[in-house]
Amino acid sequence: MNRVMSNKWIIGMYILPAFLLISIFIFVPLLLSGYYGLMDWDGIGAMKYIGMENYFNAIRDGLFWSSAFHSFMLALFSTVSLIVYLAISLILASKIKGSNLLRKIYLIPMLLSSVAIAQLWIKVFNPSNGILNSILASFGVDNPPAWLAEPNVVLYAIFIPILWQYAGFYILIYYAALKNIPESIVEAARIDGATPFQIAYKIKLPLIMGVVKVTIVLAVVGSLKYFDLIYVMTGGGPNGASEVMASYMYKLAFSSNDFGYGSAIGFLLLIITLIVTFIVRKVTASKEELQY
Amino acid sequence: MSKKKAVTIVFAIISSLLLISGCSGSEGASGSGDKTIEFMHLWPEGSSKQHNEIVKEIVADFEADNPDVKVKLEVLSNEQYKDKIKVLSTSNELPDVGMTWAAGYLEPYVDGKKFAPLDDLLEGDLKDSFVSGIPEAYEIEGSTYGLPLELNIATVFYNKKIFEENGLEAPKTYEEFQNAVETLAENGVAPIALGNKDRWTGSLWYMYFADRIGEGDVLTNAINRSGSFTDPALVSAAEEVQNLVDKDAFVKGFNGLSDEEAKSMFMNEQAAMYLIATWDLPNYTTNEDVPQEFRDSVGYFPFPTVDGNGDMSSYVGGPGVGLFVAEDSDVKEEAKDFAAFFVKEWGEKSVTEAGVIPATKVDAASLDLPDMYIDVLDDLNNASNITLFADVQMSADVAQAHLDMIQSLFGKEVTPEEFTEKHEEALSK
Repeated sequence: MNRVMSNKWIIGMYILPAFLLISIFIFVPLLLSGYYGLMDWDGIGAMKYIGMENYFNAIRDGLFWSSAFHSFMLALFSTVSLIVYLAISLILASKIKGSNLLRKIYLIPMLLSSVAIAQLWIKVFNPSNGILNSILASFGVDNPPAWLAEPNVVLYAIFIPILWQYAGFYILIYYAALKNIPESIVEAARIDGATPFQIAYKIKLPLIMGVVKVTIVLAVVGSLKYFDLIYVMTGGGPNGASEVMASYMYKLAFSSNDFGYGSAIGFLLLIITLIVTFIVRKVTASKEELQY
Repeated sequence: MSKKKAVTIVFAIISSLLLISGCSGSEGASGSGDKTIEFMHLWPEGSSKQHNEIVKEIVADFEADNPDVKVKLEVLSNEQYKDKIKVLSTSNELPDVGMTWAAGYLEPYVDGKKFAPLDDLLEGDLKDSFVSGIPEAYEIEGSTYGLPLELNIATVFYNKKIFEENGLEAPKTYEEFQNAVETLAENGVAPIALGNKDRWTGSLWYMYFADRIGEGDVLTNAINRSGSFTDPALVSAAEEVQNLVDKDAFVKGFNGLSDEEAKSMFMNEQAAMYLIATWDLPNYTTNEDVPQEFRDSVGYFPFPTVDGNGDMSSYVGGPGVGLFVAEDSDVKEEAKDFAAFFVKEWGEKSVTEAGVIPATKVDAASLDLPDMYIDVLDDLNNASNITLFADVQMSADVAQAHLDMIQSLFGKEVTPEEFTEKHEEALSK
């Protein structure tokens, strides 16, 4: 068997199906969208080669940068909220009563489809009939905001369901990582007189640092290419106030019939995400050297 | 050991082959003599039950008349339908018969030679069966590429009960209308349901102001470039919109509500008025799912004249969806026959069974129809002008600019002057 596995041809054979799948569904479309970005194309008729014009236009496009800014805000918020998830997992993992049940409750949003979540939160945010404004009104708030209609509120309003949607996922990851820490280490610390806070901060956290780094990358990348709730709940509106890069790309390609420009934006989105991922990894890697 | 190796290799090859063949699509020959017409429409059973059933009946009738032809149906909801048609046309796999919208939507498909011209049908089989002027909305450079199915005009539906409670009557002038809005707002009733997340809903309001203040074709001319958006009438139409917003005429948070949500506010009697096109008529006449009491309390009035300007018998509206036949269809002749057959049967059935107004001529006298429906038909027959929905008139990218601007105008993020300038900019590109 060892001889089989050391044969390069066999290894190639094993990799081939997965490699073909990934090429056909990921790499080829990636390159193609970069290529379409060089075209003036309405998605239906004939293409016309126009060089880098779409890319230059995108770089000068104020709407693209404001949507990019919104994406980065989302990335920032999801990264910061990781701290909260970590705190919750630390509490859950410390054998409190009902932690098993709570863990399952936190996971429920993960099991709902995005569209269902969007419909749910549209109802919550409804300015006249929504539960949120009813609660605010019962506390005596005179003029509660129309959450999804006001340009300076809508972006933050829509972050809430997005963060809520993924909370269970990160809590589950952290919980699993924390459960993997050998009990003996914690026991030893306790005997040496460490407080629960010290145990969490000085022992548990460094031990799961690898997982934390992965979740930071996941949160940042996931935020930058985020699309679904925004598309269903506001469509990027009002007037682009909740537009993110992916919804802007979709709007250009499918609503404005400008496939060439949409593809260019999509390709820029890829490049931006790659650069940010690279930076995030660099930053977290240097932390590692400091800590260990 | 070598046997095992061979098995491994064979397995790997087979799985790769499976993968490749799986991707190559299933465009194989569809079998013997029988011809299949693929037909895609956008009336799913859930949201458009009556429409959906009529389509099934028509298909069954057609198959009974033409035993050697089969019709294969594919149903998607509106937005998904638009996306899928675009993707299919890119890969040259359009259904033989499908649905399209008029004017601006149609253009890229005609430019890309995806749709077949249907002039022979209009001059032959279907001669004189459409309401005059309606197929022209599907005409590009002298050829018609779509057979219209629906015809809609936008009118203001209002809740008679709420109006009575507040001592109001259906307004005929804009002063009366403003008075109604103010009275309702003072009495704590939301005057107008508007779901401006969808943006074309707000566009209806703007279009009516433009039509009344501009008295005629100012907006149409500005769009087809024989006029300009800087016309004072178009600026003051935008001003009027913002005046209404200042009066709290529209429900709270309208820019974040979808049309569906606005509609449900009107239907739950939380708002007194609702400007929508006549495709909604069944909800106020025949739809059994809506309580009889509510249906009885709904009336409608045409958009009032503004400061004595404009003509109340001029409407914003136009054909809704129409049928196209794909240029590359393998069964083009059969597909054309089917489209013509569909339009004819649709004309009769849609009136009696779905309660919508077809683009074909209707003999109202011979049918038993709800009163409001007959009134609307009368209005339609006496209409002095029907201005096609602005976002349909425009090409796709201009329409997007227009719709975004509408949302900003209602949200008071732009001044009326900026609003018209942005239009001028988008149109002159």
